[in-house]
Amino acid sequence: MSRIISRRNMLTTTAAAAGTVLLTGCDELGRSEGFRKVLHSAEKLTFRAQRLITDRNTLAREFPASDMSPIFRANGSTMPGAAPYQKHLAERFANWRLAIDGLVQTPRSWSLAELRAMPQRAQITRHDCVEGWSAIGEWTGPQLSAILDAAGVKEDAKFVVFRCADTYNGGRYYESVDMVDARHPQTIVAHSLNGEPLPEKNGAPLRMRIERQLGYKHAKYLTGIEVVDTLENIGECKGGYWEDRSGYQWYAGM
Amino acid sequence: MNNSAAAEPLQHSPPPGPTATPTRGPLVLRHRVSTRLWHWLNAVTILVLLMSGLSIFNAHPRLYWGQYGANTDGSVFRISSTQTTGFMEIGALRIETTGVLGRWTDADGVQQTKAFPSWATIPSMYNLALARRWHLFFAWVLGISASAYLVWSLVNGHLRRDLAPRRAELAPSHIWHDIKEHARLRFPAGEAALRYNILQKLAYVGVLLLLIPLVILTGLTMSPGMNAAWPWLLDLFAGRQSARTLHFVAAMLFVGFIVVHLLMVLLAGPFNEIRSMITGKFRLPVERTPVPVTPSETAP
Repeated sequence: MSRIISRRNMLTTTAAAAGTVLLTGCDELGRSEGFRKVLHSAEKLTFRAQRLITDRNTLAREFPASDMSPIFRANGSTMPGAAPYQKHLAERFANWRLAIDGLVQTPRSWSLAELRAMPQRAQITRHDCVEGWSAIGEWTGPQLSAILDAAGVKEDAKFVVFRCADTYNGGRYYESVDMVDARHPQTIVAHSLNGEPLPEKNGAPLRMRIERQLGYKHAKYLTGIEVVDTLENIGECKGGYWEDRSGYQWYAGM
Repeated sequence: MNNSAAAEPLQHSPPPGPTATPTRGPLVLRHRVSTRLWHWLNAVTILVLLMSGLSIFNAHPRLYWGQYGANTDGSVFRISSTQTTGFMEIGALRIETTGVLGRWTDADGVQQTKAFPSWATIPSMYNLALARRWHLFFAWVLGISASAYLVWSLVNGHLRRDLAPRRAELAPSHIWHDIKEHARLRFPAGEAALRYNILQKLAYVGVLLLLIPLVILTGLTMSPGMNAAWPWLLDLFAGRQSARTLHFVAAMLFVGFIVVHLLMVLLAGPFNEIRSMITGKFRLPVERTPVPVTPSETAP
């Protein structure tokens, strides 16, 4: 080859080659099971670090009404299409029940009226979607801790699983938290947003509020609460719909 | 660039070795192990954080100011597309970016409308869950390694001796002089090349003490768990969405730093510069024939 390769050419070629190696290399690594394990190890570190510096009862910030979003965005399932849900919707959820079972002394269920008759907590908090947006709204409902206490949680309970009425891309939605977040004062079963019954797109008639974690933990269209000692027999074992399906963090405090 | 026919012998230590001829300065130790290790760790870490960060940005390519922000709230910055074009919007200013941002063609020739193109993101195809795994792992690497480097640089005197600007260097006239010298691509030679010049000091101290803390703290402000633990973060950055915007600005400042840094390496002699960051050994550029400095000097 007689043509002299200029320094600039060489550098550009080198940079382009390095970029290609980097990109395909990162994609390859991202597909490798072992490397994913390494990446996933950060979740435990984040979980431990945040729990270390946060008291179990430390509250998420509550905002003044002036900070509320003019429009509260909805994401994920915004209208469960299944016939049973549509029937409940038509009945204005008069026959909707929230059941609790698993590791409890007395499995039972509540109507919406019964949940509204319990002591209520109202909180203006920020909802953070994993995608990056935030919306501030006022949520009202009984604390999950009161519901757990009413059923009597057994000693070996470690997690609370939330069962939902919606399917998303063919899979039944569910979520789970540990007992610290389950018993957190701001963890409520919300029936109202901004003083009105929950809109369908925001999870009517009931949704969870897990205020120190990202939005996908706040299960919508809540039908049941299951208290368990392990997540290994639930769904695909990772503790939630998005965790199972796409590898999102189970601990979504970050 | 510095190896012009300079006949002046080196007047300063280190002692001349067998290679110390008038046209070739001596090999000297320029970077200690901690600096070299951290440099290459950063080269990987920052690049991964940048590219996985752009992936995460693609999930919601809008930035806001304040406590909240979603699609219907006014954005301060966004990347989007029309039927035929891609564009970005900074405030009221719209800039067409077809082919690069908002609307671009992927390796298979398919038109895509994600904000940042696949060559700029990790992973290359949109996968928010995996991008977050990359980002939040390497965020720990950056946090731990930067803290360790900072502590070690305080202990071994690197910060005080090599990085802290001297009072005289901070004089505007001195800084202006260095800017002019850089603009003329006349870099320090001889003994002066052993030390960081003021622009280098400001750049490196700025990254270590301002940019890295800014990017880490704004990153933490996006964490709902950290908001509960350290609510002052929300006050410091005027809300989670403001922090997200500042995090993006900090990332762009990193891009700016890297571009200038690489450019300077290329201009100053890539072989010598890269060797000095690998082995620590740097061949001192010989001094140019001293040019009398006169106020009327306009041309090199």
